[in-house]
Amino acid sequence: MTSVSMLMTFVFAALVAGALLGIPRLLAPRRLTPVKAEPFECGKDPIAVSEGRFAIKFSTIAIFFILIDIELMFVWPWAVIYRRLGWFGFVEMMVFLAILMLGFLYIWRKGGLEWD
Amino acid sequence: MTDLVMPPVLLGPLLPTLLVLGAGALVLLLDLSPRPQGKEVLGAVALAGIVGALLATLARWGKSGRAFHDMVVLDNFALFVNVVICYAAALSLLLSVDYVRRSRAESGEYYALVLFTTAGMMLLAAAGDLVVLFLALELMSLSLYVLAGLFTQALASSEASMKYFILGAFASSFMLYGIALTYGATGTTNLDRIAAAVAGRSHDPLFVIGMGLLLVGFGFKTSSVPFHMWVPDVYQGAPTCVTALIATGSKAAAFGALIRVLTVALRGAQPDWTALLWIVAVLTMTVGNVAAIAQSNLKRMLAYSSIAHAGYMLVGLVAGGMSGGGSVLFYLLTYTFTTAGAFGVVTLCERARAEAVEVGDYAGLAERHPVLAAALALFLLSLIGVPPLAGFVGKFYVFGAAVRAGYLWLTVVAVLNSALAAYYYLRVVVYMYMRQPEGAPVTYAPSLAGALALVVALVGIVALGVVPAPFVDLAQAAVAPLVR
Repeated sequence: MTSVSMLMTFVFAALVAGALLGIPRLLAPRRLTPVKAEPFECGKDPIAVSEGRFAIKFSTIAIFFILIDIELMFVWPWAVIYRRLGWFGFVEMMVFLAILMLGFLYIWRKGGLEWD
Repeated sequence: MTDLVMPPVLLGPLLPTLLVLGAGALVLLLDLSPRPQGKEVLGAVALAGIVGALLATLARWGKSGRAFHDMVVLDNFALFVNVVICYAAALSLLLSVDYVRRSRAESGEYYALVLFTTAGMMLLAAAGDLVVLFLALELMSLSLYVLAGLFTQALASSEASMKYFILGAFASSFMLYGIALTYGATGTTNLDRIAAAVAGRSHDPLFVIGMGLLLVGFGFKTSSVPFHMWVPDVYQGAPTCVTALIATGSKAAAFGALIRVLTVALRGAQPDWTALLWIVAVLTMTVGNVAAIAQSNLKRMLAYSSIAHAGYMLVGLVAGGMSGGGSVLFYLLTYTFTTAGAFGVVTLCERARAEAVEVGDYAGLAERHPVLAAALALFLLSLIGVPPLAGFVGKFYVFGAAVRAGYLWLTVVAVLNSALAAYYYLRVVVYMYMRQPEGAPVTYAPSLAGALALVVALVGIVALGVVPAPFVDLAQAAVAPLVR
């Protein structure tokens, strides 16, 4: 029964919030002017898009990050049961890491990690 | 705490693929070495990897092997397709050594990516599970997307890469959706177990939709109409050596996987997919040939011709059974040598310091370079299907299988189509032998490796045309365990 009263509270809250947002939309007058549409209404002209501009370099860094990120996803559970996996797990992980490190080495030597 | 059961690791069935991947890793490492060296070394390593894989494949012939809980099935069927793929990759590598240098697009990545895509193709033919099939397909496709855009300075090459990537990703998602629905309907992704689960209830709507979406994905990779839109633009824009690989290797791998999925997993639904493929085959042949007639660009014409040839192979698939499937495998072998050879001649011809791609560029080639012209003429005649070349025998077995299976009208359409195709192939021959060049004549861009590739392809089409029987027997024996 407690869940019913909780549900009623949620519904009531949603109704109140919806009414507070909805009624002004119906009743209040709206006069949109270009000045009002600006991001800041403080008299200063906007000089750039609000998100700013990103260097494309970030996207390559993001791709390289996946290399390490995916590695962690596999290495973490491996580390948890490392002793039970024994030599089999060790060899498997070393093969995996060797392939991964080849990619890392490749990025490094090809200058992928240089910022400029 | 229970003991963990370690899965058995059998790398034997993966050996050919691993050799190719190992060569790819070696190419990457060599490319990093601080001592600057010619890129030919990388090309040689790549070729050695492919040849090694070919030898490993041939050595395993007759020994069926399964590994990783039936995820990989390296039976005679996969081995046969592997041989075709190895030849396609080797020819493409031989053609590219001088071609890529001439185009100033030489890089270590090129050879590594060719090896990675080859490994994907080989794994695709040996996939015994829909998940491995999808992974192999992506390994193959992602490398090819990059290879198609190898000429970063050329707008057409970038456009080809972009189009191939967007449409390919779209097709992959169709296929993935099909895999998901098939899994939902049958509860497994293993091809054998799908067949067992489907037996007797092949009209489950979930399964039918899943099968349809799978066929859409395959239709894209095998360039069948109505999923062929990418083919002309990609074949035209991509570097010609890469086009040769896309036209031969990736098509062979896709057909290999398609045959395995259809005859193993979807065995219970054969009447349904046969009816579907009948229509697709007719459309593919007709649209490919009719559109090819209107082309003035040789690469674009060969692209449409490759669509038409996919149609002929679909005829063999419709015929089904050991003779139908075997004829498709044999056709793939003949088609690979012929098409790789035809694109190979294009890589060796240049006009006014640019690649000679217009049909008109080839006017008068026979006078200046009779050997090159004769080679291209032979490849085109094989594509038409003139005896005693390989193309004729390939068509003969495919159409023969269709007639024996009772698909008379389909065969009539196919034969009419091949007659239609003679027009646009022979037009190139007429240009080479009977027209005078306008402006700068086409010249031969010397390349020892390229010439070697042409010789291999020529020997291939003549040998397959003159003594086809042993190879056809091998192809049929390879399909036999699948169809049972």
